[in-house]
Amino acid sequence: MIGFLIQRVLQALMVVIAMSIIVFLGVYAIGNPIDVMIDPASDQALREALIHRYGLDRPLYEQYFVFMNNMLHGDLGESFIYRLPVLSLIWSRFPATLELALTAMMIATCVGIPLGLWSGYKPESLSAKAIMAFSVLGFSVPSFWVGLLLIMTFAVELGWLPSGGRGPTTQVLGMNLSITSLEGWSYIILPAFNLALFKLGLLIRLTRAGTVEVMSSDYVRFARAQGLSESKVVGLHVLKNISIPIVTVFGLELGSTLAFAVVTETVFNWPGMGKLIIDSITVLDRPVMVAYLILVVFLFVLINLVVDLVYGQLDPRIRVKAAS
Amino acid sequence: MSDVVLRVKDLQTQFQTRAGVLKAVDGVSFEVGRGRILGLVGESGSGKSVTGYSILGLIEPPGRIAGGEVVLKGKDLTRLRGEAMRQVRGAQIAMVFQDPMMTLNPVLKIGTQMIAAVRAHDKVSRKAARARARDALAKVGIPSPEERLDAYPHQLSGGMRQRVAIAIALLHSPAVIIADEPTTALDVSIQGQILAEVRRLADETGTAFVWVTHDLAVVSSLADDICVMYAGRVVESGPATDVIASPRHPYTAGLLASVPAEHEPGTKLPQVPGSTPSLANLPPGCAFAPRCFKAGPACTTTPPVQQFEDGRTALCHYPIEPVSCQPLSSTSTTYRSAS
Repeated sequence: MIGFLIQRVLQALMVVIAMSIIVFLGVYAIGNPIDVMIDPASDQALREALIHRYGLDRPLYEQYFVFMNNMLHGDLGESFIYRLPVLSLIWSRFPATLELALTAMMIATCVGIPLGLWSGYKPESLSAKAIMAFSVLGFSVPSFWVGLLLIMTFAVELGWLPSGGRGPTTQVLGMNLSITSLEGWSYIILPAFNLALFKLGLLIRLTRAGTVEVMSSDYVRFARAQGLSESKVVGLHVLKNISIPIVTVFGLELGSTLAFAVVTETVFNWPGMGKLIIDSITVLDRPVMVAYLILVVFLFVLINLVVDLVYGQLDPRIRVKAAS
Repeated sequence: MSDVVLRVKDLQTQFQTRAGVLKAVDGVSFEVGRGRILGLVGESGSGKSVTGYSILGLIEPPGRIAGGEVVLKGKDLTRLRGEAMRQVRGAQIAMVFQDPMMTLNPVLKIGTQMIAAVRAHDKVSRKAARARARDALAKVGIPSPEERLDAYPHQLSGGMRQRVAIAIALLHSPAVIIADEPTTALDVSIQGQILAEVRRLADETGTAFVWVTHDLAVVSSLADDICVMYAGRVVESGPATDVIASPRHPYTAGLLASVPAEHEPGTKLPQVPGSTPSLANLPPGCAFAPRCFKAGPACTTTPPVQQFEDGRTALCHYPIEPVSCQPLSSTSTTYRSAS
């Protein structure tokens, strides 16, 4: 177990280093941020002074090592635009994205898995076919369009919910969260549902495919021959067997939702990390871009590690392999 | 047999396919008495497994039971639906499947699966259910059953897993256990142990077994009675020793002749020519006629059920005359009870 963890952490470290080089090179290739930052009318001396101040006149590898050295000391640099340490800038946006992503994943899971189970349990029924049609819509209709429709319907026409922004927040565990109040929920529910739609479609199809396969297995037949009730057959035998692919996709989707909820955050004007990174890219705020992308890598590595650990809990055969 | 526990009468199981209606089981009848073992023998595709599933009501669409009766202790199971059938399954009639690698859920502990099976019919506490599961494991000869309850299926050998499956089938002391080729996937020595165990259980508990198999050697050493199936029909039935000593149907004779163990080494092994016909394309009359060495002009019409002495039957126009010869297996172990 410990050996497995050490191995995974080392792997993660390699990924982070590789990723930091790629990100650094990529961002460097985009262009010189000074051109965007300063008044085009300013003179050459001021320009040179700024370039020198941000270390942009040094060779690339030197810039990279300075950056890595600072990062190892917990300093990811300072935003060119906001004049704030990048880390605290990202951290100030993180809770908004976190609660949005988690709410979306919760909607997708709580709705998607039961619907998938049902449509896999009775694949020929009319309701199952309707669910499958809905799931196709879920991941084929562009989410910005659905977002606009949701705003049109619930905010403009019906006037039930606010059209965007984030509700009042309260401080929980050092994070400002809006899901603690009912009013906060009225703000989060539309973007969360919008974000959940794609994952919902995915989870329905994944759960259905697994259920169809497991339902025809010998052990389900054996369980029925023992006289187990259908709810027990599904709840005990099917659910645990199909959970591995579900956990995998759940992990990946959680990661990508946290990192790239950009479209929904933009449509609903949600002040999360996605909006921050898009704003930073438009103004070539290099430190924010680099730090953000590296944090995203961390996030994915962490989620995958958790997913791997959960695998072992779900399937004893994987546990044996990891131990040997 | 006055104490008949399971009577199958004229059972018809059909599958609706694009090629038409397939009669996988076409008028199968047999009886099993308390504590007796019936060998249901046939090649792949003869309908023997489908017969087993039909008895438990485990036929799934597009299959359905089209006719006949399955009478368990005076109750016709083909009339039961949903919850009523569920209460019978596992409690009064149980099933053991062919492949022990597949019948136990790989991600659940043996104990979890057994406790669920106990509590499917008896509302007892987890602790009591666990105790019963442990006792059932001990009954089928599994060492240190308490530890096995916490094991996962992959931690047990194939033979152990099949013993677990039999223990699960025994949990509610059912009147009948349908065993669908349960020893086919096991090696011969393990098979021998399990057969001996099953014989002992049948004698001690009075549980009747329907032992579905293609292996005549197994049947000859285990079963009290035999039904030989071909293309969905019972072509020959009778007491096991009699049928094996003197088959009356040409198909049974062909099967017996092709058992390698009884064959002189170095000479060509006799076999039944041809292969099992497709159910979608059965010849008119006797389905076995195209492969039969005794086939005659009458075989294009449906053969009659010929009744012989000692309760034996054969579905044939030209049954083989009885012969007196050595029983199939004089040297190999027999698991048949002394009676």
